[in-house]
Amino acid sequence: MADIEIPVLTTTVEKMVQWARRSAIWPVTFGLACCAIEMMAMSCGRYDIARFGAEVFRGSPRQSDLMIVAGRLSRKMAPVLRRIYDQMPEPKWVISMGACASCGGVFDNYAIVQGVDQIVPIDVFVPGCPPRPESLIYGIVQLQRKIDQQRMSA
Amino acid sequence: MTAAPGTMTESHTTVVDALRRAVPKAVIEVGAAVDMPTLYVDRENLVAVCRTLRDAPSLQFALLVEVTSVDFLPAEPRYEVVYHLACLGEAYGHAPARRLRLKVRVPGGDPHVPTVTSIYPGAGWPEREVYDLMGIVFEGHPDLRRILTPDDWQGHPLRKDYPVQVRKDAVSWSPLQLTPEEFAANVRSAQAQADKTARRK
Repeated sequence: MADIEIPVLTTTVEKMVQWARRSAIWPVTFGLACCAIEMMAMSCGRYDIARFGAEVFRGSPRQSDLMIVAGRLSRKMAPVLRRIYDQMPEPKWVISMGACASCGGVFDNYAIVQGVDQIVPIDVFVPGCPPRPESLIYGIVQLQRKIDQQRMSA
Repeated sequence: MTAAPGTMTESHTTVVDALRRAVPKAVIEVGAAVDMPTLYVDRENLVAVCRTLRDAPSLQFALLVEVTSVDFLPAEPRYEVVYHLACLGEAYGHAPARRLRLKVRVPGGDPHVPTVTSIYPGAGWPEREVYDLMGIVFEGHPDLRRILTPDDWQGHPLRKDYPVQVRKDAVSWSPLQLTPEEFAANVRSAQAQADKTARRK
């Protein structure tokens, strides 16, 4: 009896929680402009974000962990984006996808918010106009690394 | 036989003649036709002209395609409001299928134009857009609010004297547009509608 191997792995609660959060990021469907096309390509079969566990795009912010701001944000849309962000349960993360979301991009004019970080806190900025799906996947992997380093206690 | 695009064909001369007969006091001026015949109309008789264009059996311009506007700063009259009309031809009635552009000159000091929503109900939103972006007031419009920019926006962005960039913080909060009671009433009516549909099946 004594030499039977018991299939057990030991870990800490913190590592377990980090693993769970990182491995099933559910993004909220929030495409604003042409970057959303690349976001959709990323979630489809060719690039397949399901390999990293983030393929479950939710239509409701209340079931989501991640908001990918994909496109230019107009000033009229800004309060709506903030409300959707506020409706997401903690813990939550935001990726600013592309030049327009990050700094206004080519739209240096009165109608477009010059950087979504004026509205919500951003975890990862993905550059590009638009970023290729690989870039966004890399952004999500960077976010996973960030989640892995978030401590449960201060 | 089709005429080269933009030329004033015989059928469009008949449009002008019919308009001059039906609205004798209107000042109708034939403009340069680029891709479709163009008429300038004085704004006092715009509604009467539009009613004739829609209702006269030989015209039947039943479709208002779009309403837009131009700012000719610093020229005077400063603005032009442009209406594109279409007659659908045999799909609709007896008049031949054709297009027509109506222009109304608007002075910069008094940017008012009568609304054509009484003739073309679909003009409501295009006229709101022209009001929002160019600041031309459509008198008699049933609901002349801003449509593209936020409700508390200052100025009219497509005017040539409007700055390209506005350095101010983005608004990140706006009040709910429904009261909780209205929201609850909406939910109840949607539920009642769903019940009704379910019972029908």
